[in-house]
Amino acid sequence: MEAKKTAVKTKKDSMLLITLRRLAKNKMAMAGLAFILVMVAVALLSPWIAPYSYDAQDLEHVFSMPSKEHWFGTDNLGRDIFSRIMYGGRYSLRIGFISAGVAALGGITLGSIAGYYGGRADTIIMRVLDVFQSVPSLLMSIAIAASLGPGFTNCIIALSVSTMPAYARMTRASFLNVREMEYVEAARSINASDFRIIWKHVLPNAISPMLVQATMGVASGILGAAALSFLGLGVQPPEPEWGAMLSAGRNYIRDYWHVVLFPGITIMLTILSLNMLGDGLRDALDPRLKN
Amino acid sequence: MGRYILKRIFAMVFVVLGVTFLIFTILYFTPGDPARMILGADATDAEVLALRAELGLDDPFLVRFFTYVKQVFIDFDLGTSYVNNRSVSSEILSRFPKTFEVAILSVVFAVVIGIPLGIMAAVNQYTWKDNASMVVALLGVSMPHFWVGLMLSLLFALKLGWLPASGFGGIEYLIMPCLSIGLGGAGGIARQTRSSMLEVIRQDYIVTARAKGLKESTVIYVHALRNALIPIITQVGNMLGVQLGGAIVVESVFSIPGLGSYMVSGIKSRDYPAVQGSVLFVSIVFGLVMLLVDIMYAFADPRIKAQYQRKRRKG
Repeated sequence: MEAKKTAVKTKKDSMLLITLRRLAKNKMAMAGLAFILVMVAVALLSPWIAPYSYDAQDLEHVFSMPSKEHWFGTDNLGRDIFSRIMYGGRYSLRIGFISAGVAALGGITLGSIAGYYGGRADTIIMRVLDVFQSVPSLLMSIAIAASLGPGFTNCIIALSVSTMPAYARMTRASFLNVREMEYVEAARSINASDFRIIWKHVLPNAISPMLVQATMGVASGILGAAALSFLGLGVQPPEPEWGAMLSAGRNYIRDYWHVVLFPGITIMLTILSLNMLGDGLRDALDPRLKN
Repeated sequence: MGRYILKRIFAMVFVVLGVTFLIFTILYFTPGDPARMILGADATDAEVLALRAELGLDDPFLVRFFTYVKQVFIDFDLGTSYVNNRSVSSEILSRFPKTFEVAILSVVFAVVIGIPLGIMAAVNQYTWKDNASMVVALLGVSMPHFWVGLMLSLLFALKLGWLPASGFGGIEYLIMPCLSIGLGGAGGIARQTRSSMLEVIRQDYIVTARAKGLKESTVIYVHALRNALIPIITQVGNMLGVQLGGAIVVESVFSIPGLGSYMVSGIKSRDYPAVQGSVLFVSIVFGLVMLLVDIMYAFADPRIKAQYQRKRRKG
């Protein structure tokens, strides 16, 4: 009995290991992962390693160009942009990761119910999702953010709700394939509970597209948060979320381009890294590309 | 085919009713009093209360909802804006052409840049050309549209003075906003084109086409691209549908008086009829574009066309 258990366990680990090993071979994906880890570390450590505080004003040195003291220059209140970007990661990255996580969790749950049970549950869930998806997702998050009021948590809720339907739809499609498999029938024939079948048999075999989607979802969460803040509906000043920095700097762009350039580049590189990781993950999970 | 289209339009009626309910509910729970917004801070409480009663804002949720549904779906009236008393439908109709121009030109930019880039990458898989195009495409999808817009306007309007920085008029006003949206779209389309072309290019009929001595360009553009087109059409259609709902953030960067800016200002000033009316309009347009995409499939792929015809014969 004991030996059997370990055997099963080793086999499970090896599938994960195969994927990870294939992912590790992908240089682009690893470069992306490395950059994200650096950004996360910088954001976590920002109170200790940032040269200035994010709200330390220096009204004698407003709009300084990039220099040795201020690598990325200073903004309209003389705040150090480099430090603000480091602190900003705490907002932007957290919004990205949490909103993608919540959306994936909610979407996968809804999609599992719709895809596994079918019938009336499926119809109801899918019709509601049709309604949600017939409004462009940015517009949906704007409406929700306006209704809840601006702020960090509300921004996450708005982004999660508006991106959830995509996960649900993918999960459902994936479940429809897997639920007809023989091993699911086998599990059902030994009277396993629905929850057990979904959790142990269907979900692990259906989840790979959602993993890729969630990685990319972190990226779109960060972009969505930036757009919300840019319209004044997201994280509020003086908090240094990257989109809020762009929004605050846009009026000074004519003479002080550095105020807008650096936060934008930071967003771009972060999204780029997440997309590279997502691409790598998709290739690693694709059985057709197995070597 | 005709029957399928009718069925889809019938289904859309329910989606639109659902959207009405959804947006109505969201706005119902939005804090802020439209009556106070209209009258300003100087108005007395009595005046505000009177206006609330007049606008029907004190009625229960369901009464307000059904009044609105009756007004929209039976009297075909989207109401008048709280802010400037103009009819919402005429405001939407006067703004939609601008949004339409921006959307079409953005999609054109995206297609003209994206598809050739994707084909070049697929045909030269694993060479420097492939890598270079995919890096460009990845950069395209990784930049926030409005930031690209700001950077373009910094360079071409403020520094070089070649293009106007904001406003709406001739084609010169459209180039920067549409380019900033189009570049992102081009990245997505290029990535889709590459992966879809790679799947097709290994098929037997491509080998056959080459074997019978066709020119390489004919093989790629006629035999391969046509078969790779369906996912690309989906991507392009989706982009068009989203953009016809208003380039929300880019419109704000370039002060374009389109649908997007109407909705954002409506949301900010609690102009409920304006927001409800335009979201409704956007969802109908989105639904129609998606229907158009499905019809396009039939033109791109004879197999799908045959399916419709078979269904008709059966029914």
